[in-house]
Amino acid sequence: MVAQNIAFGIIAAIMVVGALRVVTVNNVVHAALWLVLVLAGAAAQYVLLTAEFVAVTQVLVYIGAVMVLFLFGTMLTRAQLGKEKKLNNTTWYLGIPASLLLLGVMIMALTSSFGNEKLPTNTELVSTQEISDQIFGPYLLPFWALSFVLLAAVIGAIVLARKD
Amino acid sequence: MLVNQFLILAAVLFCIGVYGVIARRNAVMVLMSIELILNSVNINFLAFALRNGSIDGHVFALYIIAVAAAEVGVGLALVLLVYRNRKSIALDELSEMKG
Repeated sequence: MVAQNIAFGIIAAIMVVGALRVVTVNNVVHAALWLVLVLAGAAAQYVLLTAEFVAVTQVLVYIGAVMVLFLFGTMLTRAQLGKEKKLNNTTWYLGIPASLLLLGVMIMALTSSFGNEKLPTNTELVSTQEISDQIFGPYLLPFWALSFVLLAAVIGAIVLARKD
Repeated sequence: MLVNQFLILAAVLFCIGVYGVIARRNAVMVLMSIELILNSVNINFLAFALRNGSIDGHVFALYIIAVAAAEVGVGLALVLLVYRNRKSIALDELSEMKG
């Protein structure tokens, strides 16, 4: 238990620092690489939460596919990959009170409703078979809908991005 | 491990993502901030799945990952189109639809 808490603390600190760098750094490629750190930390948190299959999917889809998309998008939309001065809005400072207020309200609500409630410790790992039984059983209809969403997204991306 | 430590981590990531959406001017950076927000939601789902001893949270987390991948694909295609038409992806310059 202590080891898990220490691991949680280290990974959480890395994630928060990485997320702050994503929204403050002045270079789009560096921001994408910091985002990789946050996504990998999230995958590690999923392992701590006994969700191995979701963690592996996170690594495959996010770090594998989405980051490549981001880097391609960056390189296709910018002439040079150096620093860029105007990545922020002129009124960027308004985001600080807005997000701090939101954070305060959320932390207040969470501490008042969950307090010191502990997660169950003697749970078994969720097997991939159980997840697939859920997806292809009670959640089949959303799965179909999601398949159509992905199909539409692929076709839409091709239609939008092709040159004609 | 407490439930709250995961939920508060997710809340912190969510708020950082909200700050990024508000503050950033570059469309690709806004999409990255949206990825932060979606990841914090996933952490919440998995924390509650473990707390309640159910698998539904895992299924929803997988669905969110798929929807996020679709969103990034379409979003970057849109950004590419805007860049091709205007040679810039600054969001505050896209004001033609204001009327």
